[in-house]
Amino acid sequence: MIYLYSFLFAGTICLIGQIILDNTKLTPGHITSLFVVIGASLDIFNIYDKIVQCIGGGALVPITSFGHLLTHGAMARAANNGFIGIAMGMFDFTASGITSAIFFAFIFSLFFKPKD
Amino acid sequence: MERKLYEKIVMNHKPKERRLRNAIVSFIVGGLVGVLGEFLLELYSYYLNISSSDAAVFMMVTLIFLASLFTALGFFDKLVNKARCGLIVPITGFAHSMTSAAIEFRREGFVTGLGANIFKLAGTVILYGIVSAYIFGIIRYFLLGGI
Repeated sequence: MIYLYSFLFAGTICLIGQIILDNTKLTPGHITSLFVVIGASLDIFNIYDKIVQCIGGGALVPITSFGHLLTHGAMARAANNGFIGIAMGMFDFTASGITSAIFFAFIFSLFFKPKD
Repeated sequence: MERKLYEKIVMNHKPKERRLRNAIVSFIVGGLVGVLGEFLLELYSYYLNISSSDAAVFMMVTLIFLASLFTALGFFDKLVNKARCGLIVPITGFAHSMTSAAIEFRREGFVTGLGANIFKLAGTVILYGIVSAYIFGIIRYFLLGGI
């Protein structure tokens, strides 16, 4: 059942993005930025945490979870370290994703040539 | 007047975007990526015997690795052109934009090409993610007292 929820949730997010992409002049860059901001805003009252609990992995795959994890890490540190914790913990949960994306991009760019 | 005529001619010759087909394809592909994420999450938490939050990190790194590898091998671009938002909106799109920028700009040099342009497409996600998370973090800090 959790697979069905994952399918429906991730699919719906992508569907919304595709509808925006086809019917406006916004580029994919606009859409991913928009989804990150929405994901970050949904963490103000722990809404995204509840979505992740219900849906599981499917909610962690769309880019909205990137914004959610940014806010989530910031607030987890802010609980211990006070106001400055927002800056200290910003990358706590997303560091693995960003680091590995940069690292793999660099390594693969050494070995592969662009296909034109 | 001429401009309007020109726009009319352009509109007639524009390839018709099949919006319904695009929407269905991106729904299905995006959903399958979500199912793959959930499958990897359960696989890792079962076989490596780790908590689900650690397994989520493994799952994201796996998806990023696969997207980077397929982009480097050259066939991920074609998939993205077909599935559009189905692969751009999941975390795979982030890795794809970074790897394709890295591979494309490496010929202009390692510092001025690769180093300067690797965040060309993925930079907007990080920029607006951090700015919005900072602002929402401040709001939440004052509303709920940093819980």
